[in-house]
Amino acid sequence: MSAVLDNHLKDKTAAARQISQTPRKATNTLEPGWVRYALIAVALVFLTLFLFVPLVAVFTEALKKGWDTYRESVLDPDALSAIRLTFIAAGIAVPLNLVFGVAAAWTIAKFEFPGKSLLLSLIDLPFSVSPVIAGLIYVLLFGSQGWFGPWLMDHDIKILFAVPGIVLATVFITFPFVARELIPLMQAQGSEEEEAALVLGASGWKTFFKVTLPNIKWGLLYGVILCNARAMGEFGAVSVVSGHIRGETNTMPLQVEILYNEYNFTAAFAIASLLALLALVTLAVKTFIEWRMHQAQKASVQDHTTEQ
Amino acid sequence: MSTLLSRSSANRVIPGFGLSLGFTIFYLALLVLIPLSAIFLKTFTMSWDAFVSAVTSPRVMASYRLSFGAALIGAAINVVFGGIVAWVLVRYQFPGKRIVDALVDLPFALPTAVAGITLTSLYSANGWIGKYLEQVGIKVAFTPLGVVIALTFIGLPFVVRTVQPVLEDAERELEEAAASLGASPWQTFSRVILPSVVPALLTGFALAFARATGEYGSVIFIAGNMPMVSEITPLFIITKLEQYDYTGATAIAVVMLLVSFLLLLAINLLQAWARKRAGK
Repeated sequence: MSAVLDNHLKDKTAAARQISQTPRKATNTLEPGWVRYALIAVALVFLTLFLFVPLVAVFTEALKKGWDTYRESVLDPDALSAIRLTFIAAGIAVPLNLVFGVAAAWTIAKFEFPGKSLLLSLIDLPFSVSPVIAGLIYVLLFGSQGWFGPWLMDHDIKILFAVPGIVLATVFITFPFVARELIPLMQAQGSEEEEAALVLGASGWKTFFKVTLPNIKWGLLYGVILCNARAMGEFGAVSVVSGHIRGETNTMPLQVEILYNEYNFTAAFAIASLLALLALVTLAVKTFIEWRMHQAQKASVQDHTTEQ
Repeated sequence: MSTLLSRSSANRVIPGFGLSLGFTIFYLALLVLIPLSAIFLKTFTMSWDAFVSAVTSPRVMASYRLSFGAALIGAAINVVFGGIVAWVLVRYQFPGKRIVDALVDLPFALPTAVAGITLTSLYSANGWIGKYLEQVGIKVAFTPLGVVIALTFIGLPFVVRTVQPVLEDAERELEEAAASLGASPWQTFSRVILPSVVPALLTGFALAFARATGEYGSVIFIAGNMPMVSEITPLFIITKLEQYDYTGATAIAVVMLLVSFLLLLAINLLQAWARKRAGK
């Protein structure tokens, strides 16, 4: 996962390099025409089967019985409470991981210290843990047989099978997103601008808000968007800690599961279509940010060449 | 030497080292390290024999075979088709290319439960795709084949997104040189292009495989979840939890965690190799 997240950054440096060189036509291929068309056909058939057809199917199934049923399914009180809980969980998890991501990126990009690469791999750790195991660890900590279970029971605090457990599982699952996005970006930017601001007498916080933040805003937004999509869509980890209490501890993905298992397919797909819309919006914003970052890079490369 | 000097002076100028490092480690320990250590500490309460019998019972062994086998096949499918998709997206122009490129990330963005129910309805006996497969006698939904389909979907972006930048970086001059020296297109491909993308293909394969072994949401709907036949390992952990067999669930989780740590190590080594090959 981390490598994939890194790649768009490498993408951009590659793109910048390409711009600075002479532009090359993308069509000067050496292979015969039929090979080209056959490869495009294979790629499109594969993507159609695995991406486009499922995407169309979500909305078709959701609207199978018309708009009225769709509206009813979405406005059902249990569905609304699932939507509310999903927003609460993401609304807590994303800002927490945002603050962490900025702190971690500041530490790793601006300073040299022993154990840095270990810290980097530890930040990535949640990506390589199965969602089910992410849920299991909180059961072991806060369940009735868990480490803190008896103490929590004595003090009448509910974490497992309640909202705090869902938030904790969501934080764990989305832990590395913002940090992973910011670390390579801030490393590439270096610290000259911050040093200049500090030497000129700006305070540390002022330097951060006036110099660093404007420089990293697109990368930050990129991380937040991906983090939010995962937070709202997480199923496995949340499923383990939720307890599946209708109208209370069901998030949208869990509501989808319950409705589907009750053979209420239209209602299940109605909620699923909302999540699919969220995914499409996420992809659209992500593509827009990539385009913006690409434009900015292009502009800075052009600046440099005119300066020379 | 000069970089060393500027670095140590940067350390003095830039503030907030103590605060940001302290917060990073505190947050990491509180939310990731301490909770994860619970898994290992819990297994230490088991005797070695109990641990071994919990992680090698016939039903668990069948679930390992399915989880790792299907993940392997799914990742292999993605190496072939993901490689072709990456090639087509980098080298050719066709209408709608930018939309196709953006949609490759759909499996990252689409919640797994949504993917699960959608694939199930598509591949069930009366689904859009399933009804044609049914006519030729292929059953996908509620069989191990369904697990492969779901894991292929989940792993799709990994190979494409690791191979794409490598192909963009590739020096086209080398291919032109090979061709002008008389190499056939196939020779150019197998001797010039393929060796340069092999590290990226392997990294993408390992990433897709690692993600697929732990996958839960998209699989459980389409798998049918029959013990010994179509029950994946993460589901088996959930089954154990529902029976309040916390130690049994934890023992299997430890095995899965060890496998993912090994995969993580392999991925890091592959990436280091790829960087070396690229000469960076």
